[in-house]
Amino acid sequence: MEILDLPFMQRALLAAFLVGITAPAIGIYLVQRRQALMGDGIGHVALTGVGLGFLLNTSPVWVATAVCVLGAVVMELIRSYGKARGDIALAMLFYGGMAGGVMLMSLSSTGSSANLTTYLFGSITTVSQQDIVAICILAAFVVLTTIGLRRQLFAICQDEEFARVTGLPVRLLNLLVAVTAAVTVTVAMRVVGLLLVSALMVIPVAASQQIARSFATTFAMAVAVGVLVTLSGTVTSYYVDVPSGATIVLMAIGVFIALTAVATPLARRRADRTAEAERCTLRPEADVQV
Amino acid sequence: MEQPVISLRGATASLGSRPVLRGVDLAVQRGEVVALLGANGSGKSTAVRAVVGQVPLTGGELELFGTPQRRFRDWARVGYVPQRTTAASGVPATVREVVAAGRLARTKLGPTRKADREAVVRALELVGMADRLKDSVNALSGGQHQRVLIARALAGEPELLIMDEPMAGVDLANQAVLAEALRTQVARGATVLLVLHELGPLEPLIDRAVVLRDGCVVHDGAPPQAVGQHALPGHDHVHPHADPAAEPIRTGLLS
Ligand SMILES: Nc1ncnc2c1ncn2[C@@H]1O[C@H](COP(=O)(O)OP(=O)(O)OP(=O)(O)O)[C@@H](O)[C@H]1O
Ligand SMILES: [Mg+2]
Repeated sequence: MEILDLPFMQRALLAAFLVGITAPAIGIYLVQRRQALMGDGIGHVALTGVGLGFLLNTSPVWVATAVCVLGAVVMELIRSYGKARGDIALAMLFYGGMAGGVMLMSLSSTGSSANLTTYLFGSITTVSQQDIVAICILAAFVVLTTIGLRRQLFAICQDEEFARVTGLPVRLLNLLVAVTAAVTVTVAMRVVGLLLVSALMVIPVAASQQIARSFATTFAMAVAVGVLVTLSGTVTSYYVDVPSGATIVLMAIGVFIALTAVATPLARRRADRTAEAERCTLRPEADVQV
Repeated sequence: MEQPVISLRGATASLGSRPVLRGVDLAVQRGEVVALLGANGSGKSTAVRAVVGQVPLTGGELELFGTPQRRFRDWARVGYVPQRTTAASGVPATVREVVAAGRLARTKLGPTRKADREAVVRALELVGMADRLKDSVNALSGGQHQRVLIARALAGEPELLIMDEPMAGVDLANQAVLAEALRTQVARGATVLLVLHELGPLEPLIDRAVVLRDGCVVHDGAPPQAVGQHALPGHDHVHPHADPAAEPIRTGLLS
């Protein structure tokens, strides 16, 4: 395959692979906590980081990471001290982040609207050697957190009050989820773009939920779906010359639809099998207890 | 006398701007089974949540195992069943996975060992749900759900069980199963504080009843003898001819 001989495609595929793992791995906890759109919020805030990076002439990845982490921590604090106007505060943060990014980008000499589009919608083939080093380090952090602490994160996202009573450091773990989500956004921004990051956190999870019955299976399948769509999306975008981010997200939606179509007959077959195993029998002699 | 396991003295707490506990005294001794009774909205859940540190007290004192609650860290000794929360969330999870969360009180951030996995199975056997280990919690009925939440609290093998309406939605046969499970816990030295609306099959186990009304203790002593609609002081009166002086007007529909 000639595609593997091209250094820029090697980097693109490696980045895609890492995004395919990390985005669903943290996304599953956000979906579990019904915070599926948090990734979207962080994506908006990240734009300010990218703009700042251009303005300061440093690597946008690291500056965006710092700004995202800050934004995510603020979002988590708003959530946990959740007062009535929390949603308004979040809206301020999202749109402020977006507007700030556009503003900073236009102020910098190197940033242009073409550059802006690259970060908004992803441009996987322009991933540099520097970027890939950053992506690898950040992805390692995400994988270690989401897999190493899966039981603890499962517990806090399932039932936070109960988790607090078990004595887990819940506040710290919540912040860790927020920081990990922020880091994932910057890992994924070159591949799918800030506006589509959240899709990759949510859709593979939603897809695997259609057939999985346990958290562990949902997790494994979501990561498998993530890797499948990011790799095949990247390859497709190389051959057909279409934007990688959009290709990947559309493929993920395709997988979701396919799995949903499979799920219904599967559930029916399962039900039929149980029904056959134990038909109701009327037993007048049986001890009826209420 | 020995240190009480739970000691609440003059506890006050507010939710929003509303005073919900107005000077509650409650002491539970080691090995005791204490039922907390009272009408809807009388502050039972708030009292229990204050004990497990989920509602801050605005006044009074709270000690767990002789340690001021603020400095209490030994949460593995406490098992908690919250009221009517659902074990279902945005992502599927099996009964085993949910119950295993109760074991985190012991493993904390460390790895899970064989003993932990066995404790999870044992807890599910106690509530009669061992055959549903691999089922999704989304596929359970309300009463089965409740039993899974009880198993989750039992999985940590706690010394003190705090349960908020553990029998809600559980049929009589399974209440008897749970009563048996509780008896085993008490026999091995556990202390139990549980919120109930009816004593039901638990009656023989209960040493003492504490009745709350509008955030105050109105009875602390022997459990009410006759078990029926009208037996409990301050019990919910939902029928139209209820004595209006006994309770502020409450339809019972929303609480
Ligand atoms: N989140 C809240 N904010 C404000 N007030 C609350 C809140 N939760 C409960 N309350 C009020 O506190 C009072 C006590 O509530 P609590 O949940 O402790 O009652 P309860 O005795 O457990 O009732 P039930 O039998 O219905 O479970 C109620 O009058 C209720 O209106
Ligand atoms: Mg209650």
